[in-house]
Amino acid sequence: MEVKDIFSYNWSYLLPEFTILGFATILSLLDLAMGKRSNRAIIGWLSLLGVIIAGVFVTLNMVNLNEPVSYMADMMRVDDFGNAFKLIFLAGVACTLVLSLAYMKYGEISNQSEYYYLLLTALLGSMVMASSADLITLFVGLELLSLSSFVLVGLRKKSLLANEASFKYVVSGSIATAFTLFGMSYMYGLSGTTNLYLMTERLAEAYNGGYAFLVLLSFAFVLVGISFKISAVPNHLWAPDVYQGAATPVTAFLAVVSKAAGFALVLRLLVTAYIGLISPEGQSVLLENLSLILTTVAALSMIIGNTMALRQTNVKRMMAYSGVAQAGYILVPFATLTNLFFEQTVFYLIAYLLASFGAFAVLMVVFRDQETEELKSFAGLYHRSPIIAIAMTLFVLSFAGIPVSAGFFGKFYLFMSALLQKHYWLAAIMMGTSVISYFYYFGFIRQMYMRSGSTEAALKVPAGVAVIITIMALATLLIGIVPGALFDFVQANFNPNFDFGSMMTPGK
Amino acid sequence: MLNSILLSLLIFSPILGILVLSIIPKQQIGVIKQIGTLATILPLILAFMLFASFDYNHAQLQFVEKAQWVSIPVGSPQMGEVFSFNINYELGVDGVSMPLMVLTAIIGTMAAVASWQIKKRHKEYFILFLILLMGMFGVFAAQNLLLFFIFFEMTLVPMYFLIGIWGYPDRERAANRFLIYNGVGSAIMFIAFLVIYLSIPGADGNPTMNISELTQALNSSDNPMLQNIAPTFLFGLFLAIFIAFGIKLPIFPFHTWMLKVHVQAPPSIVMIHSGILLKMGAYGLIRFGIGFFPEQAYQFSKWMAIIGLINILYGAILAFVQKDLKMVLAYSSISHMGIVLLGLAAMNTIGFQGAIFQVISHGFISALMFFLIGVIWERTESSMLSDLGGLAKSMPFVSGILLAAAMASLGLPGMSGFISEFLAFLGLFGSMPVLAAIGTLGIILTAVYLLRAVLRATFGPMPDRYQGAADAQPIEVIPMVVLLGFIILLGIYPAVLSEPLQETLKTIVPIVQGIGG
Repeated sequence: MEVKDIFSYNWSYLLPEFTILGFATILSLLDLAMGKRSNRAIIGWLSLLGVIIAGVFVTLNMVNLNEPVSYMADMMRVDDFGNAFKLIFLAGVACTLVLSLAYMKYGEISNQSEYYYLLLTALLGSMVMASSADLITLFVGLELLSLSSFVLVGLRKKSLLANEASFKYVVSGSIATAFTLFGMSYMYGLSGTTNLYLMTERLAEAYNGGYAFLVLLSFAFVLVGISFKISAVPNHLWAPDVYQGAATPVTAFLAVVSKAAGFALVLRLLVTAYIGLISPEGQSVLLENLSLILTTVAALSMIIGNTMALRQTNVKRMMAYSGVAQAGYILVPFATLTNLFFEQTVFYLIAYLLASFGAFAVLMVVFRDQETEELKSFAGLYHRSPIIAIAMTLFVLSFAGIPVSAGFFGKFYLFMSALLQKHYWLAAIMMGTSVISYFYYFGFIRQMYMRSGSTEAALKVPAGVAVIITIMALATLLIGIVPGALFDFVQANFNPNFDFGSMMTPGK
Repeated sequence: MLNSILLSLLIFSPILGILVLSIIPKQQIGVIKQIGTLATILPLILAFMLFASFDYNHAQLQFVEKAQWVSIPVGSPQMGEVFSFNINYELGVDGVSMPLMVLTAIIGTMAAVASWQIKKRHKEYFILFLILLMGMFGVFAAQNLLLFFIFFEMTLVPMYFLIGIWGYPDRERAANRFLIYNGVGSAIMFIAFLVIYLSIPGADGNPTMNISELTQALNSSDNPMLQNIAPTFLFGLFLAIFIAFGIKLPIFPFHTWMLKVHVQAPPSIVMIHSGILLKMGAYGLIRFGIGFFPEQAYQFSKWMAIIGLINILYGAILAFVQKDLKMVLAYSSISHMGIVLLGLAAMNTIGFQGAIFQVISHGFISALMFFLIGVIWERTESSMLSDLGGLAKSMPFVSGILLAAAMASLGLPGMSGFISEFLAFLGLFGSMPVLAAIGTLGIILTAVYLLRAVLRATFGPMPDRYQGAADAQPIEVIPMVVLLGFIILLGIYPAVLSEPLQETLKTIVPIVQGIGG
């Protein structure tokens, strides 16, 4: 490729990524230029500004583009799939930044500016993961996200737990990366290309040309590798320690943005590359054979996540296991693969984002106030700040999937897809584990309403955090009452058929 | 005009109370109690209007309301076709659900009066109480499976709080057990509903969640869609529904949660729980179990009768050895719910009538009983039979009503319990005489355990500490008289209930009997 070819592209559609890249670079330089003593909050606010600008650009792309734009043979790709995920990431990071601005006042993190621009690079990584259809760039995005989050977890340098968390995160993350890369090497080896769309056809040829086992092996390796990012079984063991050790806003980031990025990768990489496999009997391999692996992973995540969460007394560890279970739920559309799997995933992710950021915002304030992360820190919260307690109740109801909340319809949507594909046992496990999850989610309610705490003084909630909690609670409730609005929004604005549609019909 | 929105008004009328309560400062306990109680009067009035304008001569649904609520596309395995999932806001009542709405309204108001004994956090209590009331009205009026489910869940969460915050010392465990058991029940129900939705299309071939359309589709023998469905599949669905609502009823062996709730929840909530929530189980069995799957229900009727017998005898025998008056009544509820099962198992008009009479009658009786327990507890701080005794001396009125309630419960002629038990057994004698004969043993046992418990509490030597216990206050007299009044009304003039029932039963029974005969 000549240099002039590179300039022949209309790069304006990549402005979201450039914005984040630019802000990350400028802010890191700005940090050098600023005096040692000066307040770094300005960097946080600037990062937030960057995120908002990028959000505007993504929205513009969404409105202006009617079909995907591809750069350099899909090295980068701007399409509805990517835009939807990018909006989720940007919203997530914006919330993380607002929480972080409040968190910094606690003085636990000494390198504030590093914190902010690492958050931006992590965001950039996840955005690349969502807008590429090439193994190389996908992997670069994945690593950018991983490396940034390794550091983010360890930024509370004086905390033993944080050091432990960071170390564990790096080690298990590296192992997971090795798995992913190993699987990718097979994908490349079998197809001779790194472009996912070419790979679709070539893997199908390889599959029918006697390499079926290797094709399936590559799938399994990549899946195991990515299960680290989405904290699903079998790579979920890092989650409790890392969630506990990381600063609460970082935990929220890992729970939502990093996880959503993992799902973007799962959908983009695995669905695109493997959807074309047709067995000699004319059946889709992804729907018939591989879905067994996927449903198993989903079911195990639900079972292990929900049962392990029962015994946790530390809230963050509980949220970690709850996150494992949630990952299991979000895998359902992928495992069942109805033609609306994309909408289902996005809807659930949005519901999950709302509840998670709301809950983590409450956790952050409560932990700070009570100086403990145990569940009993919630004792008597209702008597102290009834509105916060009611909001938290909404969030846990949404997690548990009880009407009237966004989570109910999210889960309902997934559940329907499992039933439609006649995965009855998966549906049964989903419902069964949901009931188990009532027990620990209602643990919050028990503490907040039925126990009395050490103090009756009202909880001090910083303005930014209060805004987050309010928005998340209202949105969770509203989507619970008029879910149709969000369904329509997702349907009207994101049309993944460009990306997956033509491939969904097996046997053509 | 009013009739077209009467049900919505009725269901959501408690919101008015919630709004008013939410702006009253929580220190104003007296005002909160009054408003909380007044807020239940409005639905009560509307329920009586419903009763008055209900047309007895129609078997069809009345007061029907329909509006589209959510329409969401759900994927499909095949590419291209995406079918939409419509959740409609559909309400309507027939002869079975209308009396239950009225029952709910009456017991709701009475329980609100009983709630005056609540000692703490009055404002939250009444708000949750009113939400619970809305959920219960909604359950009986919903004509859409998903709407039904949502209202059903709407009763779950407030109950959890009401038990867990205002109950007796072991309240949290009771609340948890309530949550888990009912959670499992709703989960099974939810799965069954969606499977029904996906596998059984309505008359026009499109999937539907409308209850009467589904009933029709499932009951028309010439429905081509039904030919492709394996009978075992339908039977599985029936069983799922049976278990889901059986947990609520409760049937043996899924009853342990309700014992805990009966003992640990505050009396006013037990009135609701025993008086209405358990009846939602019976309602579900009638509406979905028998309404949707008459053939399967018919095949299963022998087992249903046997389970009913176990409930009756197990409940009665265990009630006999209980040391706590509340436990006696809890087991008594299990026993009485067995009679509902027997009536349903009879699979004939008389049996169904008996079952529904039993549902309503037991609703009034158990509400009255638990109201009395609350009154007694106020004065004695105990419901252990060993602590009580001689109450008739210091509070003759309360003791008299307690005795009357016990008489109603054991089926004294002239009271509602008699009619319902008589009809249920009469129905069962028609179809399964042997089982019915065994079941009548339960009536004798009921007399034994109830008289033992009531006599132990009200007669005999009175401990000195109850010497000064005052008899019923005027505010306490109202619910006692009202509830007893309804019990006697049903006993001497059963037509109040049997007339609205008649036409509806005429639509259910022939189908069932068509299969049987």
